[in-house]
Amino acid sequence: MSLSAHLPVLQVVLPLVSAPIAVLFRHGGFAAGIVTGGAWAAFATAIGLWLHVAEFGTISYHMGNWAPPWGIEYRVDRLTSFVLLLVSGTAAVVLPWSRASIDREIPEELHYLYYAMFGLCLAGLLGITVTGDAFNIFVFLEISSLATYVLIAMGRNRRALAAAYRYLIMGSIGATFIVIGIGFLYLMTGTLNLADMAVRLRAVENSRPVLVALAFLTVGISLKLALFPLHQWLPNAYTYAPSAVTAFLAATATKVSVYVLIRFYYSVFGESLVFEQLPLPQFMLALSLLAMFAASFIAIFQDNLKRLFAYSSVGQIGYITLGLSFGSLTGLTGSIVHLLNHGVAKAAIFLLIGGLVLGMTKPGTVTAEPSFDRLAGLSKRMPYTSFGIVIAGLSLIGVPGTAGFISKWHLILAALEQDQFWLVAAIVVSSLLAVAYVWRFVEVAYFTPPPEDSTSVQEAPLSLLVPAWLLVTATIWFGFDTTFSVGSASDAAQQLLKAAQ
Amino acid sequence: MQSDLVLRVIGKILIPFILLFAVYVQFHGDFGPGGGFQAGVIFATGIIFYALIFGLHKARTVIPDNVVEAMLAGGVLLYAGFGIAGFLLGGNYLDYFVLSKDPIHGQHRGIFWVELGVAITVCGVMLKIYYMFASRGNSEEQH
Repeated sequence: MSLSAHLPVLQVVLPLVSAPIAVLFRHGGFAAGIVTGGAWAAFATAIGLWLHVAEFGTISYHMGNWAPPWGIEYRVDRLTSFVLLLVSGTAAVVLPWSRASIDREIPEELHYLYYAMFGLCLAGLLGITVTGDAFNIFVFLEISSLATYVLIAMGRNRRALAAAYRYLIMGSIGATFIVIGIGFLYLMTGTLNLADMAVRLRAVENSRPVLVALAFLTVGISLKLALFPLHQWLPNAYTYAPSAVTAFLAATATKVSVYVLIRFYYSVFGESLVFEQLPLPQFMLALSLLAMFAASFIAIFQDNLKRLFAYSSVGQIGYITLGLSFGSLTGLTGSIVHLLNHGVAKAAIFLLIGGLVLGMTKPGTVTAEPSFDRLAGLSKRMPYTSFGIVIAGLSLIGVPGTAGFISKWHLILAALEQDQFWLVAAIVVSSLLAVAYVWRFVEVAYFTPPPEDSTSVQEAPLSLLVPAWLLVTATIWFGFDTTFSVGSASDAAQQLLKAAQ
Repeated sequence: MQSDLVLRVIGKILIPFILLFAVYVQFHGDFGPGGGFQAGVIFATGIIFYALIFGLHKARTVIPDNVVEAMLAGGVLLYAGFGIAGFLLGGNYLDYFVLSKDPIHGQHRGIFWVELGVAITVCGVMLKIYYMFASRGNSEEQH
C-alpha cells in the first residue's frame, strides 16, 4: 500500500510523534523546528485528505487491520476534512508566529515543553475530528484538553494559573459528562463505533437511557464549546494564556467541540430524534440568542482588548449554535462555514494583539496588558497591526466583503426559510453590538492622540506581521470567493442530512 | 529515614525483588494479569522506595532527571514507532499481523514492544511526578 492510503492516521501521528521528539532533545530551537514541521506535514495531509474525499468520497481506515465495529475506525467525510483543514491550517500559521512571541513570554528553559504541549494539543484536536469511535473521541479530547491547560498556565501573568485551574475544573466536568453519555450509549447499543451505534440506536431510540445520554453529551460538549451560560472558563483562559496559545485555541478548540456536537446529533442520534421529537432546538435557539446579545454586550465594557475579544468569541459561538438550532440545510451550512470564517478572523485578531503586546513590552519585563488606556493613538505607531485588527473586526461584525458577512447571510437565509423575521432582526441587531465593541478599538487607536512618552513603541517585526496578515487576507478572501468555504460547508451539510435520514 | 537501620537493611534486600517483580509482571502480561502499565508502576515504586529511605538526591544519581524525561518521551516513541512499522511493512497503522511471517507471532511481537513502551513511559511519569513533588520547597530533605 502506498503512503497516501495512510493519510487518515498520518494526520494524527505526525504531530503526535513530534511532541516526544521535542521532549527527547530538550532544545527550544530544535523543538520549534520539529513541531512546526509536524504541523506543516499535518496541514499537507489535511489538504490531501480534503482532495481525496472531494473526489472519491468517505474514507474509512481500520486501525491495526481490525475491521470495525470491533476495531477502531478512522472515518473522514466532507465535514471531517473541512475541520481538519481549519485546525491544522491554524497550527501551521500560529507556530511560526509563536517563535518570536514566546521568546518574551515563556522562560527559555520551558520552550521545548511549550512546543511539545502544542504538538500534543494539535494531535488531540485532529484525533477528535478524524476518529469514528466514541471512546476514542473522549481519549483525544483528554489529550488536547490536558495539553491546553498546561499551555494556558504558561502565561506570564500569575492569573494564568488560576485561569488554567478553572478551565481544568470546568473542562473535566465537561469530559466526565461526555464519557457518561458515551457510557449510556454503549450500554444501550453494545458498540462504540459511531456508524454502528447509529444503526443500533434506531431500535431503542426512545428509551430513557438514550435520552439521558443525549442530555449528558449535550451539556458536556456545550461546556467544552463555551455555549453561553457554560462559558465561564473562556474569558480568563483566553486573556491570560500566551498570545500564540490564545490565537490557536480561539480558532480551533471550541470549533472542534462544535464538530463533536454536530457529529453526535446528525451521525449518531439522527435528526428526527434531536430536532423533531425533543424541544432541543428551542433551547438551543434561546441560549444562542442569549450568547449573541449578552456576551457581545459584556464585551463592549471590557477594558482589556484580549478579554473583549474573548467575550466576542462567546457571542460568535452563539451564531454557530443558532445555525444548528434551525435543523435545516441552510442553517447547518451557515454554522459550518462560520466555524471557518470566525476561526480565521479570531486567530488573526489574537495574533495581531500578540504583536501589539510585544511592541508595548520592554525586553526583559513582564508582558504588558493590552488595556485601552495604553492603546491611545496606536494607529500612528503600529499602523499595520491596527489596520489588521480593524479588518478582522469588520468580519466579526459581518460587513459585506468580509468572511463574517457570508456566514451571517446564510444564517439570515435560514431564518427567512422558516419565516422567522424576528430572528433576522435579532441577527442584525446583535451585529450592531459587535460594531460597538470594534468601534471602541477604532476610536482609541485612531482618534485619540498618543501619550507623550510613547516613542518606544514600535511596529511589530515582519515575522509576526506576515502570519497574522495571512489570516487577515484570508478573511477578505473568504468574503469574496466562497467556492471553498461555502462549497465544502454545504457539501458537508448535505452529506450529514442525507446520512441522518 | 536514613538513620533507621531496620528500614535500610530491609529496603536493600527488598528493592531488587521489587524491580525483578516488575519485570515478571511485564513479561507475564502476555499470559495473565499484568502488562506494561502495572510493570511501570511497580518499577517506579522500587525507585521511590529507595528515594524515601536514602534520600531524593541518591535516587537522582541512580536515575537522573534527564533520563526520566527521556523515558517519558522514549516510551511513547517506541509505541508510535511500532505503529509506523506496521504500515512500513505493508499493513495498517498499529498492524501487528505483518510484523512476522506468522500473524499470531506477529501479534505477540507487536504487543511485547508496545507494552514495553507503555512500561517505560508510565515508569517515567511516576518518577517525574515523585521527583517534582519531593523536591518542592524543602532543600534540607537532600540529606
